[in-house]
Amino acid sequence: MKFIKYILAGTLFGIIMTKSEAVSWYRIQEMFRFQSFHMYGIIGTAVILGVIAVSLIKKFKVNDLYGNPIVFHDKDKAYRKYLIGGIIFGLGWALTGACPGPMFVNLGSGYAGMAVVILGALLGTFLYGVIKNKLPH
Amino acid sequence: MIDFIKQPWPWYFSGTMIVMIMLILLFFGKSFGFSANLRTMCSMAGAGKKVKFFDFEWKDQVWNLMFLAGSILGGFIATHYLSETTPMKLSEATIADLKQLGVKFDGGLNPTDLFSLEAMKDLKTLCILLAGGLLVGFGSRYAGGCTSGHAISGLSNLQLPSLVAVIGFFVGGLIMTFLIMPFIF
Repeated sequence: MKFIKYILAGTLFGIIMTKSEAVSWYRIQEMFRFQSFHMYGIIGTAVILGVIAVSLIKKFKVNDLYGNPIVFHDKDKAYRKYLIGGIIFGLGWALTGACPGPMFVNLGSGYAGMAVVILGALLGTFLYGVIKNKLPH
Repeated sequence: MIDFIKQPWPWYFSGTMIVMIMLILLFFGKSFGFSANLRTMCSMAGAGKKVKFFDFEWKDQVWNLMFLAGSILGGFIATHYLSETTPMKLSEATIADLKQLGVKFDGGLNPTDLFSLEAMKDLKTLCILLAGGLLVGFGSRYAGGCTSGHAISGLSNLQLPSLVAVIGFFVGGLIMTFLIMPFIF
């Protein structure tokens, strides 16, 4: 039962992503072709409000549900992995129109092909784990 | 109310709601990052026995898998109960570009020519989806996060590494869209 709140949060996430059309292959193509403000508006709004919210949480030292302070972890300072990994991710994002969240949301919407994309993503994750130590980070 | 929900949501409302998800998870003492689930699933399948990267306490990530399960349910609910049947308002320029590429705009969120069960009979389509998924899975783990972890959580916390990753996402997306897709579709 302690997991029900996460299921509900995920359900809300799935609804938001679908209703905002951010799970749309077409919208991702439109974004990369700079032909609509839609996706930039969504990401831009989220980032601006996110920055404000995080700074307020830090400033007022807000606690979580369990009374523990909300902490933010800094990403480690290595830049090659973010750039190279990011580019590889972007290649797949444009091709499938789906980042990891939308793959599953779209599966729920009934797009069977997303199961193949998910299988590919699991293979890609596994492959990274196998050759991790041979890659520049 | 329900009529309001059934319309496509404007970008500013959508962006606000995505931040709400991040804040809800922070309030639960967790951080918003979806692609970690892919690693967890590999570990659950036993990858930790052979590869050290997957040898971690994956039970700490069960909450995220529940979030994932909810997201599938959310997609189902939104599509079947909270949507109108009117076609999506995609830009005319994109419709024309995609037509030239050989992908028809069918009014839905995703092209049925690529993602329907019927489309899986085509070997080329299967290969495109599998390869695309592979790039997303490999890239998100290499970069240490995906759109939720870097573009939303990371940028909200003013993390320079996340900005580098997001720039990478865009560089890769542009290369695929303009330099590679014309040759594979």
